Amino acid sequence: MKIDFNLNGVQVSVDKDPLSRLIDVLREDFGLTGTKEGCSEGECGACSVLLDGKLVTSCLVPLGSAIGSRVDTIEGIRDTKLGSIIIESFANGGAVQCGFCIPGMVISAYCLLSSNPHPTEDEVRLAISGNLCRCTGYDLIVSSILDASRRLA
Amino acid sequence: MDIKDPIKRMDALAKARGETKYLSDYRFEGALYSRMLRSSIPRGRIVDIKLPALPEGYRLITYKDIPGKNALQMITADWPCFAETDVKFVGETIGLLVGPDRELLQKLFDQIEVEYEAQEPAITIAEGLACKGGAFLNGNNVHCSLSLQKGEDIEAVFSRAYRIVEQEITTGFQEHVYLETNAAVCTKEDGRFVIYASAQCPFYIRKSVCGLLGLKPDDIIVRQTATGGAFGGKEHFPDVLCGPLLVACYVTGKPVRLVFGREEDIANSVKRHPSRVRFKTALDKDGNILGMDSEVVYNVGAYLASSFVVLQRGCFHVTGCYSFPSERTKGIGVATNTYPSCAFRGFGAPQTLFAIETHMNYLASLLGKDPLEFKRRYLIKKGELTITSGPIIEDVKLVQMLEQVLKASGYAEKSKAYAIGSGKGIGLAFYNHGGAFTGNGESAIIKAHVKLVKHLGGPVEILCGQTEMGQGFQTALRKIAAQVLEIPPETVIYDNPDTSRVPDSGPTAASRSTMVVGNLVYKAALDMKRRIDAGEDGFEVETVYEHPEGYPWDQSTFQGVAYLGYGWGVCAVEVEIDKRTAEPVVKGIWTSHDVGHPIDELICHGQVNGGVVQGIGWASTELLQNIGGHFKQTSLSDYIIPTSMDTPTMSVEYVDNPYPWGPFGAKGMGELTFNGSAAAYVDAVSRAIGKTINAIPIPSEVIMDYMLDKEASR
Repeated sequence: MKIDFNLNGVQVSVDKDPLSRLIDVLREDFGLTGTKEGCSEGECGACSVLLDGKLVTSCLVPLGSAIGSRVDTIEGIRDTKLGSIIIESFANGGAVQCGFCIPGMVISAYCLLSSNPHPTEDEVRLAISGNLCRCTGYDLIVSSILDASRRLA
Repeated sequence: MDIKDPIKRMDALAKARGETKYLSDYRFEGALYSRMLRSSIPRGRIVDIKLPALPEGYRLITYKDIPGKNALQMITADWPCFAETDVKFVGETIGLLVGPDRELLQKLFDQIEVEYEAQEPAITIAEGLACKGGAFLNGNNVHCSLSLQKGEDIEAVFSRAYRIVEQEITTGFQEHVYLETNAAVCTKEDGRFVIYASAQCPFYIRKSVCGLLGLKPDDIIVRQTATGGAFGGKEHFPDVLCGPLLVACYVTGKPVRLVFGREEDIANSVKRHPSRVRFKTALDKDGNILGMDSEVVYNVGAYLASSFVVLQRGCFHVTGCYSFPSERTKGIGVATNTYPSCAFRGFGAPQTLFAIETHMNYLASLLGKDPLEFKRRYLIKKGELTITSGPIIEDVKLVQMLEQVLKASGYAEKSKAYAIGSGKGIGLAFYNHGGAFTGNGESAIIKAHVKLVKHLGGPVEILCGQTEMGQGFQTALRKIAAQVLEIPPETVIYDNPDTSRVPDSGPTAASRSTMVVGNLVYKAALDMKRRIDAGEDGFEVETVYEHPEGYPWDQSTFQGVAYLGYGWGVCAVEVEIDKRTAEPVVKGIWTSHDVGHPIDELICHGQVNGGVVQGIGWASTELLQNIGGHFKQTSLSDYIIPTSMDTPTMSVEYVDNPYPWGPFGAKGMGELTFNGSAAAYVDAVSRAIGKTINAIPIPSEVIMDYMLDKEASR
């Protein structure tokens, strides 16, 4: 069926089974490969996107849930003011190693700082607890998000 | 500028913006999809493979399609590309089903039935050694073994010992959980086979798979794609994907693609070797250690692949950071019907380092001594002999590092204040890691080459086979060249390796890249600088590894200087255990490392954080059982790796100890950082609950069993 939704600020339409996974539609139909598939069961957070501003794992979201909604991916937020501040802090702060979890981490950080621009370290750790990273041990991701928060002023 | 001053990582921005392409992000025109058909039983004979009617364009590739030799040439060549009649483990590749439509391919795949004649498998170390079901290898299931003796004959020492203490310590499987699952594509470009892979060692892949088609390594091109983590899991393992893909591409004439799903990857990939280490330690009447004997057994799985080298490294590290008057060890790699184990950060050293630290703590507690004071007396020093009877070449700064960790952690006060069994504990471990290939392996086996190119009127380019997999090498290596050449590092070109363009500089493994390959780039850059200063342009410089004279090694007897330089570490971990739920909370982690001179302190910091947390995961929540040949935990909801909530911000310090043969004094450090946190964590938990812990992992349910004195789930 024809499904209309807002993708990164643009109205789009796609003719697909409403039970298609949102991640597949983003990556294959729209070529938005910044959203990564890490586990296919909502555990790792690499495929995180925002659905009407809420953090979701797109591997578990059926396309039908996006009807009439807004979906924001890494490609949509990376050049926003907040997105670019977060990304700059990640790059300067040693938050990025293999990078596979990082777009999802940036989305989670974006979601947190959108509603809580000045979180505590505990709040940051909680906000990214659904994003697994095997490289960094998380410390430099946490400090980079706190750095982004300071730079928001 | 000091080379250790951090710069922005070269790969960070593109990765954070989601622009970096990993294998699954590429589209290959006309590529076929593929699914691996694997053995569902641990041991037996294939009687029949029943295929559904396959539409045109769909085909099951098997060993019958291999025109050359059915073997993957890893360090040994015993692992076949496709099983023929016998299967030896669950997950062994039987075939590769290929076809153009992903959904139809899956439907067809689900209809394939393999009929087996099953045999009784051997799964555990004990079952393997007991040849359960009948030996399937060498009449005794022993893949490999070695023995080492240093100093006075240990039997003579036992005969005059006042007391002999024995202890058995075991560790479990560990899954790598690189966030990007295994993935590769094989295609043909201009008449040559080209493999794109998420991999650590492009030259390994070429060598491993070329014989399948009766080709030479040079006939195949391997191009590494951005690799989303590896930790050893993509050292030899990509061969297991690339072999079948190469045969499929040869047969169909089309590009063929294989991307593992997560469950598929956990259930069907190599792991860290489970281990069993038995110590027998001779003490005098004052509690001094006279000698230590050990037996180190690793569960290798069905095929040897690289495991003898893993076992060797395990044995070389079995006395940890200590030196005793007499030392003996025997290592055995046992064959079982489990998925073969292979490289994993530390490469055999973490198992024995965990064991020795745990054993030293046990000895101290039996003797009623303070564990730290007890261990300090035996810390190895420059010039003293390791278990391979070769001297330590460098200054050992463990005492200075210990002072840093004691000060930062408040260890002395806390270990007094937290009574044994009080629910609170602080633990501490010493560890090291021999850098690069053992002994003369770098000159005898690897013979690394690198090239540095000054493009005419243009930039400098580094050509080598080292891969970026998250560890930061693309930044570190550019920094090394740029610092010598006095140019901005971002102007230096260093692309993901393509084996048709770059010389073979050896694998990205063994913590060798910075200390060995980095030094070759350093030397090439010195030469290039002289020539540029003399007005030359448009030229290249090639350097080849040379082993320093005067540090002999005999690979047939394993005697001599095993490692020219070690990384060293001290780690303290504090935990608090909830007395009702047995849930452990890590309250603090404090570290100090000797990595020579850091190339970039921020990159090193990230390695320390990641390695230490991965080690705590191995010791705590990462339970991976093999039941009847099948891994029980095959998804990230039941194989539990640490999250951001599980460890607090850790303290990271270094001592400076420049290494004479490393670039700017740098040594290897990627594996080192993994090697000690498990022992420190278990020491802390052991003190908090007042129990001796001899086995890892210890998820909270196991801690509860210890607290209740139950044997049940251990």
